[in-house]
Amino acid sequence: MIAASVFDLPSYVQHSYLGLLGEQLEVSLGATAAGLLVSLPIGQACARWRLLYPPVLGLVTVAYSIPSLALFVFLIDYTGITDTTLFIALALYSLCILVPGVVDGIRTVPPEVKLAADAMGYGPARRYFQVELPIAAPTIMAAVRVATVSSISLMSIGAVIGNLGGFGQLFTTGLRSFNLSLVWLGLFSLVVLALLCDVLLRGAQRLMTPWADRRSARA
Amino acid sequence: MIEYLRQFFSDPRFQSGYDGIWQRIAEHCWYSLIAFLCAAAIGLPLALLTGHLGRGDGPIAALAAVGRAMPSLGLIVLLAVKIGVFNFNAALIPLVALAVPPILLTTHEGLRAVDRSVVDAARGMGMRPLQVLFRVEVPSALPLILSGLRTAAVQVVATTTIAAVISFGGLGRYVVDGLSQYQYYQVVGGGFLVVLLSVATLVLFSAISRLAISPGLRRNR
Repeated sequence: MIAASVFDLPSYVQHSYLGLLGEQLEVSLGATAAGLLVSLPIGQACARWRLLYPPVLGLVTVAYSIPSLALFVFLIDYTGITDTTLFIALALYSLCILVPGVVDGIRTVPPEVKLAADAMGYGPARRYFQVELPIAAPTIMAAVRVATVSSISLMSIGAVIGNLGGFGQLFTTGLRSFNLSLVWLGLFSLVVLALLCDVLLRGAQRLMTPWADRRSARA
Repeated sequence: MIEYLRQFFSDPRFQSGYDGIWQRIAEHCWYSLIAFLCAAAIGLPLALLTGHLGRGDGPIAALAAVGRAMPSLGLIVLLAVKIGVFNFNAALIPLVALAVPPILLTTHEGLRAVDRSVVDAARGMGMRPLQVLFRVEVPSALPLILSGLRTAAVQVVATTTIAAVISFGGLGRYVVDGLSQYQYYQVVGGGFLVVLLSVATLVLFSAISRLAISPGLRRNR
């Protein structure tokens, strides 16, 4: 009964609690997944051509230093005050964490293993998906966890530019209405969600790569 | 985009006075500097201690994880509602809370990663614990320590923008005011200046690390 009343938001929030949760999950997890899809080929290229890595690393570091609020407002011109704006910005930020993670992961694959796969007649695509990616997976997943947690908390800043940003809206409406319990609810929800995603991803990684040493998977 | 910037930089409202660009930049730098120095004053000594003693790996990693998950906007709003919109601590405390974990984590890990044989050699030469710390461990760990300070500084400069959501100045003022006045050129101008400032911070720290890191360490990297 008490729980139900905490999660019943006042009407001026314009969303239900579950609606906010859905938006939060869709945008922050989607952006991290998109960032991972982009950083896999980039990281592979950087691991193969060593000269490429320093400039790419510099580029993603500079991109990460762009304040999120500034990036959101630049994107308003192209994608409007929509969740797409947040999605693009968060995906871009995740690259700074994911590209180094992928490069480090690919570099942990011992050259003998690659040669052995070649000798067994694996083609380049099969070698990549069945040999290199599983060996790199613990390191990559550690980066994915960090990227997921930070995009969940970064997304809340989207609430400054409009009626977006998932639980971040509880902060802006809480400030406007001076409703402290709304702000507490937002903080609590965001931190719990971030830590929950972290734990779930760690569990998924253990299931995917049961051979990996616990210590090597720690970030 | 360029059209918006031209409009922003030619608007007389932003040329001088309390809403002038230089005034806002000075405010932004001032808030960021205070927050950064407070965070360094808390994080560095603590991490030097734990790293030197080799204790506290677990709690520091956990603190860093919680720090990453903590939304600064939420913290600023929470404090603003609690202790007042015009209380500077409402902006300062979240900024410090944002900057301490990266400083703490990288400094601690930097000290832990120093080759034990180097430390043993220093001890064997008769150095006292403080000498070992400041003349061997800190110089060896300097690349990581500086990268942590850089991350913290860039994040503080970026997040000071959000202090405008409550009542404070700084470059975020343009973004927040522009959004509420439907003046998109003001929003873009403010965003542009914040980007310049945080990239400048990044460049500043890269320059510092180039100057401060011992050449012997650079060769190995």
